[in-house]
Amino acid sequence: MKIVVCVKHVPDAQGDRRFAEDGTVDRAGVDGLLSELDEYAVEEALKVAQARDGSTVTVVTVGPVAASDAIRKALQMGADAGVHVVDDALHGSDAFATSLVLAKAVGTLEYDLVLTGMASTDAGMSVVPAMLAERLGLPQVTFAGSLEIDGDGPGATVTVERDGDVYTEVVESELPALVSVTDQINEPRYPSFKGIMAAKKKPVTTLSLADLGVCADEVGLAAAWTRVAEVVRRPPRQAGTVVTDEGDGGARLVEFLAGAKLV
Amino acid sequence: MAQVLVLVDHLDGVVRRTTAELLTLAARIGEPAAVYVGPGYESAAGSLAEFGATTVYTVDGSVEDYLVLAKAEALAAVVEAAGGAGSLAAVLIPSSAEGKEVAARLAVKLGSGLITDAIDVRAGDPGTGGGVVTTQSAFAGGFAVDATVVTGLPIVTVKANAVEPRPVPGGGEPTVTAVPVTPSELATKVRVVERKPKAKSGRPDLSEAAIVVSGGRGTNGDFSAVEAFADAVGAAVGASRAAVDSGWYPHSNQVGQTGKQVSPQLYVACGISGAIQHRAGMQTSKTIVAVNKDPEAPIFELADFGVVGDLFTVLPQATAEVAKRKG
Repeated sequence: MKIVVCVKHVPDAQGDRRFAEDGTVDRAGVDGLLSELDEYAVEEALKVAQARDGSTVTVVTVGPVAASDAIRKALQMGADAGVHVVDDALHGSDAFATSLVLAKAVGTLEYDLVLTGMASTDAGMSVVPAMLAERLGLPQVTFAGSLEIDGDGPGATVTVERDGDVYTEVVESELPALVSVTDQINEPRYPSFKGIMAAKKKPVTTLSLADLGVCADEVGLAAAWTRVAEVVRRPPRQAGTVVTDEGDGGARLVEFLAGAKLV
Repeated sequence: MAQVLVLVDHLDGVVRRTTAELLTLAARIGEPAAVYVGPGYESAAGSLAEFGATTVYTVDGSVEDYLVLAKAEALAAVVEAAGGAGSLAAVLIPSSAEGKEVAARLAVKLGSGLITDAIDVRAGDPGTGGGVVTTQSAFAGGFAVDATVVTGLPIVTVKANAVEPRPVPGGGEPTVTAVPVTPSELATKVRVVERKPKAKSGRPDLSEAAIVVSGGRGTNGDFSAVEAFADAVGAAVGASRAAVDSGWYPHSNQVGQTGKQVSPQLYVACGISGAIQHRAGMQTSKTIVAVNKDPEAPIFELADFGVVGDLFTVLPQATAEVAKRKG
């Protein structure tokens, strides 16, 4: 089974995330890392690959130079190879441009299954997997809480459970397909020492937009289909009154709520 | 006035509150036109008219068995039937997981810009080009971002609780147009094989509730005090990731970055430390109250009112107090 996993390098959520002057996410000011939700996708790819002889897992990312850290982490976990699309013209790309470039990059590879996380932890739009599936002409099965594959290669069936508000749905699709996975699906492994050493020798292909046949004017800030008009930093919530329960904590809580006309 | 398509969120004909909210927002920017996919339109017709839909496009039930792509194709067909992308003001879709995916595929199909998780939608200033202006909340509520679509038909997914739905009196019967849609071969490759209904809790839906009471690690697996208080105030029950990962509450009740992001009038966090993962799911709630044994818990930095104490003593007392006030 040939598996491709799309991942993203994002600013650490524990850091002071902010926007740059041009309305884009400031990716330089805060340390970045492999998006936590993508770890589940990498782990699932590894589990599927390890159950089938001769399988490969290739990790693909689009991002600035620092994004190679995301690939490195995936290789340390056990992925076999990486593809990194780097180009200054990509700065400020929206989801459309990202999905376009990812589709071209994935298009250079052979695959039976494309896996992604359920959302990035910076923009959190959850739309790139769907857009990528649309561009690649693939069926999409998203928000998978569990995944099973019957067979190997094209024509195999993937069965997934999706946990909705009102139903849990069992969904089936034929491969090749794109599947996004939630954080319920597995426990991502920590890279072993052996894995960290082995990662150093694994191949990473670096591609520019020209290598993919994408014009600079199709991507980047100027090409975006939406425009940010204004970014306002919200004042951090001020801590309000904190009382210690001395036998009346519950009553005081309700007093507060009543005063605010909430009960 | 140009039409604004609103994708109706319903369960077998029972229209959810988000649809009423979207119809109210649609009226700010054009003529609200509801798009109803699936069976049960007769039951829904009343609510759609009540909240201002002057037109309804219906797509029959066969699309229901196939997931996202079929719905996106159905919407694209409705866009055509309504006169094409150039004649519409916008498409509004609820910001559920499925809603965002349908919006995403539709946006690529139409070559239109997409804005997700809007908490406000309004008409742009004619002086600066008009159009549709949205507000989003970024980085766990740390920033408010105003954005517009500059290419194609604006497609916006809207979060629950963005607006108070406004009934339109004397609306009259909407014009109903059936739009025939046959899902493409690609769409039919993904089949819903089974739908297992979840047990109904009888409580309000978490994404839409005006009050949410959540439990975390501090409950130690026993949500009874949390649930009793929630029931006393008519709230939905939420759970932190720690509680869900420990198997104490289902994932569909999880509030946080990888669960639901809610913005109710009142959020009560019980036995929840307030890690950033959780905050990303509730930081924009209008009022936040916290109960935790640990005075250093980060949740107290966010709370408008906090009680340092044991939720197993504080909550039952609060529950009794609410009951007393109700008389």
